[in-house]
Amino acid sequence: MEGLTRRYGPVVALDGLDLTLRPGELIALLGPSGCGKTTTLRLLAGLEDADAGIITVGGRDITRLSASKRDMGMVFQAYSLFPHMTVVQNVAFGLRLRRMAKAERERRALDMLDLVGLSEQAGRYAHQLSGGQQQRVALARALAIEPQVLLLDEPLSALDAKVRAQLRDQIRRIQLEVGITTLFVTHDQEEALAIADRVGVMREGQLEQLAPPIEVYSRPATAFVAEFVGLTNRLAGTVSGSTVTVRGRDLPLVDLGTPAGPVTALIRPEAVTLASSGEAGSGPLAGTVIAITFLGATSRVTVNLGDTTIMAQLPTSDATELTAGSHVALSIRPDPVLVSVAENKESVAASEA
Amino acid sequence: MVAVTSLGETPLAGPAARGPQGMQRSRLRRLNAFRYVVFTLFGLFIALPLLALARFSLEGSKLGTWSVAAWTQIVSYPGLASAVELTLELAVITSLAMLALLLPTMIWIKLRVQWMSRIFEFLCLLPLTIPAIALVVGLGPVYNRIQHYSLSALQLFWVYVILALPYAYRALSSGLDALDAVTLAEAARSLGANWFTVMFRVIAPNMRQAILNSVLLTGALVLGEYTIAYLLLFNTLQPTLYSISRNTPNAGVVFSTSLASLLFAFALLIIVSYAGRRRRRG
Amino acid sequence: MTVAATTTEAGARPSRAGRRLRAPAWLGTLPFLGYVGVFLLWPTGILVVDAFKNPSGSWNFGGVSTLFGPVVRGYFIGSFKLCLISAVAGAVFGALVAYAVASGKPDGAVRRFALAGSGVLAQFGGVTLAFAFQALIGPVGLLFHPSWYYSFPWGIALIYIYFQVPLMVLVFLPAIDGLKLQWREASESLGSSTWQYWRYVGGPLLAPAFFGAALLLFANALSAFATIEAWENQIAYTVPQEISTSLSSEVGLSNVNAADLLAFGMIVMVAVVMTGYALLQRRAARWLR
Repeated sequence: MEGLTRRYGPVVALDGLDLTLRPGELIALLGPSGCGKTTTLRLLAGLEDADAGIITVGGRDITRLSASKRDMGMVFQAYSLFPHMTVVQNVAFGLRLRRMAKAERERRALDMLDLVGLSEQAGRYAHQLSGGQQQRVALARALAIEPQVLLLDEPLSALDAKVRAQLRDQIRRIQLEVGITTLFVTHDQEEALAIADRVGVMREGQLEQLAPPIEVYSRPATAFVAEFVGLTNRLAGTVSGSTVTVRGRDLPLVDLGTPAGPVTALIRPEAVTLASSGEAGSGPLAGTVIAITFLGATSRVTVNLGDTTIMAQLPTSDATELTAGSHVALSIRPDPVLVSVAENKESVAASEA
Repeated sequence: MVAVTSLGETPLAGPAARGPQGMQRSRLRRLNAFRYVVFTLFGLFIALPLLALARFSLEGSKLGTWSVAAWTQIVSYPGLASAVELTLELAVITSLAMLALLLPTMIWIKLRVQWMSRIFEFLCLLPLTIPAIALVVGLGPVYNRIQHYSLSALQLFWVYVILALPYAYRALSSGLDALDAVTLAEAARSLGANWFTVMFRVIAPNMRQAILNSVLLTGALVLGEYTIAYLLLFNTLQPTLYSISRNTPNAGVVFSTSLASLLFAFALLIIVSYAGRRRRRG
Repeated sequence: MTVAATTTEAGARPSRAGRRLRAPAWLGTLPFLGYVGVFLLWPTGILVVDAFKNPSGSWNFGGVSTLFGPVVRGYFIGSFKLCLISAVAGAVFGALVAYAVASGKPDGAVRRFALAGSGVLAQFGGVTLAFAFQALIGPVGLLFHPSWYYSFPWGIALIYIYFQVPLMVLVFLPAIDGLKLQWREASESLGSSTWQYWRYVGGPLLAPAFFGAALLLFANALSAFATIEAWENQIAYTVPQEISTSLSSEVGLSNVNAADLLAFGMIVMVAVVMTGYALLQRRAARWLR
């Protein structure tokens, strides 16, 4: 997709978006509501027309093609199964449209149901299935026509947490097995990071960063990405030379070209470590615990430093002695730190190894 | 689902896309062409008889001349004014009775006796299909047992509520379905409200639009009802119009009143429809 | 999804005593059931019973044979044809108009006007309507005066369609609203054309609601009496006309019986229709709600 633009009246949903999917890869589009990720998907599917830009698939320009002529499989957020047809009839629907013989399309539909693990439900109707099962049928239906691209529009958002995690992995497994190029839209960053080959973070109609998950997480290209993906502490600091001084400590910079001056340093909670100190310490890295959130394997500790609060993330075993009110001393791991110029949140390129 | 839509209630989603989701241009074009054709054809079909009514209502004493006499006479014609007044009063009484009967029952069924909703719907739709004359034939003895001539036409409301059931039911149930009534009720009950409070201070206020709609559909029905009033020899609006047509040299009055009552009801419904929307925005 | 609260009588405050009053909840619908019982079911019952009674009060089933006699049968067939035509035409055209309305903006002016108009026009059968058509295509009408105007059933059917279409719009619109957007889009992304969508998805889904609405229209036409009354035509073509004639003539009680019987025959027709409607409704409700 090149230069895609889509406007709804005065609202610009997509602003000159460029995005290329490599064969067989799964790209997750991530972003807050209204960022344009769903619009991108729908433009690709042909359910809407772009105001400007081109879409090509396998070298062929399909921009003017209607949805029914594009070779895409789409899974919607919910309620997309036809209620008057059984599961197997739903899955076979696309094949029926392509005039496949009845016996053959039923066989193929059952193969697909096998792939998603629902062969036993073949004769049932949509309302008799759970949400997760319905989405699996929807997936089977989309794959049955052997499309060139698979499009998933927040397919897990309507499901409960446990089902979501299971289904997410299953989708990824199937996608790899079939080897189909996939575009996956979601607002849940955990989903995106877990299953994608590359993650595209979008904001207000533009791509902020498109990179493998680990890069998006540890080397965010802009402040927005840093804050949207994972948690971030924002601490005041001063840049001089090639380091930034944050609360008395000098930390290396990601971007050595940052001009000297006051900045906001973005520090991940897991880069902050705590040690309990007997009595109230003093200095910029001494503080009191406000709250501890138990997250299972890790715990998040919120500490009051007097003039600001900071979050630290530790393995739970290290946090067991801490309670609200404990005095602690912090230290910050000397990883390269991303900074943003205090006032206008300009994006800073990340490029350090 | 077969139901009567109420005015001012907007559907949650529909066959056409709107809002942040758009539609493919070529399909949009075809859809708009279809709508254009349909509305033009039916607009014509609906409008022509009405225009004819208008033309005739403005007819002078000699064919081909114009005169607003028919309209000015609306006020002056003796039986007519009282018939109009009577019918309007009847409309109000019928609406109130309908609300008193339907609203508590529907809320109650929705909250406590859900298994009855199918039966209830059936009963409410029945009047659409039972001929009014059949009702009359059956009701005749009932009404005749009481001193007929001392009976005010307002007693018609008992039957009119029945006739209004299908329309009022659907208008109210649209409004009731749009709420999560059960959750609201549970929340109120957990705060200590009794059923009476739940019904009238929690649920009903949220159905204001639907209630208004049902009242107006009922009013439209009363204004237009002819059969029962005529057969039971009451002088409400429609029978009066009919006897005018039989007895007056100036037939124009009939046309002007017919048109006036149509326009009046229509204007009321439109106003309600827009009134509901403004409240929602604020 | 039941409300987890102690059962109490409708509208009553919770009992302050230690033991709660356990009355079945359906008692709360008694007022409604009572009302409908008295003003709808009882007259109907009287009708049914009276139809088979002699003036002297004893049972008489002889009247049933008149019911199946040629004259009455002619009346019923006339009714039937008229109602069928107007119901089918009303349903088809009404469905088209309903779709045109439903596919527009949900709170746009078109929808509001269409619904308001339908609400008004569905009620104003009868006198007003007859006059309007007289004005348009009657003997001194504004437009041409077609020769079929007095012929039955087409002339009358046209008038019936005038209020059947709005009724169809009112009754059928929610069903169209119930068609989820995702079904259309899913169908298209799987490769269906518009025609294929309606043939395989949209059509089958709407069919129960459509036929249910058509049945309602049919039953509604049956009970549209007033229009005939105001009709200039002297010949009684439909059953309701006949009843009115019997009623308004002051001949003795035997005539009342005839009226009862005819009304009874109509009720049977209506009952059959409503049962069909109820069955269709079950299907439609499940899919489109």
